Amino acid sequence: MSMSWLRRLLRHRRTRLGFGLVGALALVAALAPVLTPYDPTTQLDLATGQLLSPSVRHPFGTDFFSRDLLSRVLFGGRISLAVAFLSVFLSVTIGTVVGWVAGMAGGILESITMRLVDAALAIPRIFLLLVVLALWSDLGVMALILILGLTSWFGTSRLVRAEVLSLKEREFVVAARALGIGRLRMFARHVLPNVAGPIIVTATLGMGHMILIEAGISFLGVGIQPPTPSWGNIIREGQELLAAAPWISIFPGIAIVVTVIGFSLIGDGLRDTLDPRAQ
Amino acid sequence: MARSVALRVLQAVVIVFLVATFTFVLLHLAPGDPFAARAEASAFADTGLLEQHRRNWGLDQPLHLQYLRYLGRLARGDLGISFSERRPAWDAIRERIPNTLLLAGAALIVDFLLGIAIGVIQGIRPKSRTDDALSLVSLTLYSIPVFWLGIMLVLLFAVQLDWLPAGGATDAVAYPSLPVLGKMWDRLVHLALPAFTLGIVGAASTARYERAAMLETIGQDFIRAARAKGLDERLVVLRHALRNALLPVITLLGLSLPILLSGAVLVETVFTWPGLGRLAVESIFERDYYVVSGAAMLSAALVVMGNLAADVLYAVVDPRTRAQ
Repeated sequence: MSMSWLRRLLRHRRTRLGFGLVGALALVAALAPVLTPYDPTTQLDLATGQLLSPSVRHPFGTDFFSRDLLSRVLFGGRISLAVAFLSVFLSVTIGTVVGWVAGMAGGILESITMRLVDAALAIPRIFLLLVVLALWSDLGVMALILILGLTSWFGTSRLVRAEVLSLKEREFVVAARALGIGRLRMFARHVLPNVAGPIIVTATLGMGHMILIEAGISFLGVGIQPPTPSWGNIIREGQELLAAAPWISIFPGIAIVVTVIGFSLIGDGLRDTLDPRAQ
Repeated sequence: MARSVALRVLQAVVIVFLVATFTFVLLHLAPGDPFAARAEASAFADTGLLEQHRRNWGLDQPLHLQYLRYLGRLARGDLGISFSERRPAWDAIRERIPNTLLLAGAALIVDFLLGIAIGVIQGIRPKSRTDDALSLVSLTLYSIPVFWLGIMLVLLFAVQLDWLPAGGATDAVAYPSLPVLGKMWDRLVHLALPAFTLGIVGAASTARYERAAMLETIGQDFIRAARAKGLDERLVVLRHALRNALLPVITLLGLSLPILLSGAVLVETVFTWPGLGRLAVESIFERDYYVVSGAAMLSAALVVMGNLAADVLYAVVDPRTRAQ
């Protein structure tokens, strides 16, 4: 059964392309230290190595501080991917738990929670992040992951709550409750397997969103702080030198686009396979 | 209908209140205050004077008192004061609103025209080569970071071709002395790049939405009937299908507001556009509490009102929803 599932998922050329893109990116990011001879933060030669255009030695050129841009993009990718993965994991976990609790509890608790979620969804997310991030300046990467995760679970909680509400009425769940099954067991045995599909889809598409959001806040100067490279903060540095050294902003942007396309393709494929109703 | 609208307005008030509380708590919990942020920037900071300033603005009071006073002022329609500009926060916010509305409105037009066109072309012939190619195009557009797209457009149209200005809402030097038509042209020229940047990215989701709406409409009986009675295919698509497939897009109008406002923060930064988003970014760095919370409340209110307007509009154009 699991084999046919996988085959169905990989039936579409686009999904395969998505897996190919993301797989290649993950591989390149993992092998970054082997693939490039330069350290991403070492200033190679401030006298003659500034703003060199792309060449065989520096395929992506160098930046204002004579750092090798290929290394910065590769290592930046490691950071961007890791931050996105961990914060999506966190947000999906919180969203699932909140949605489940709200859906199961019902009544006052449910309406208060969901109204709070409505309020949170009404503030443009980048606004929310800016307020938190700019106020506590000089946060580490772990704190950034925490904040991204804590501000992104609202949508997931809505989705899970809706699923839980519809599951509650289904006969097998009513039967299980009549048999006196415990809440946690109910969650693990009946709820989780049924909401797993939509959650996996949300998480995959969420990876793309999160990469865009992290890039956006790093571009505004409140995300990953230099000299640590991230795709967003390299573009920020490149914008000031757009006329003199356009390659600084071009390459990390392409990396973002390719990554987000990859995750979107996988997410769409998963949705077609796991959630036939969505189509 | 009237009852549900009233209920939604009440909900909107609650949401804005929650946003006000939330930003108040966040801003006051964070280390530093408006005067510390400014003292850092100045070498002549006198700690005694700073304390005096804090006392004058009531920042030395217990937090719950500050909060109550803040709510009291809000109830009277007073957003508080901008510490960095030494004038009411509302004045600082108000003068930025037209610029942001101009940008968001122009972006929305680009978004809907482009998005609907792509979606309709895809929806007419689903699973064709054109459909496949266009869905790849909208997927790519969707995956482009909006600020990077802005920078790339600047690189092409401002730096390389030198056709359009790279930033600002008007030409800082020439604008005041231009004739009326010249002023309008100057504004249009400055609006072009930021509006396209913001609109193109939004068009991707509009196209996805419109494609699905078109597919659903085309599968319905009245379309088959229109075709069966021998109507010109163009007429079937434009008169029968499109008119119905445009309905769900109205919902998008409400949904795209938060995305537009988020995008506006980034696009306004790229293009140094004097709008609400850039004001918010600058005020956050200056710990200008009441400008930040005012801007947050305003954008939350806009989002809620956008959703409400979409629902009402939907009921107006679609008689079926009115009966329910």
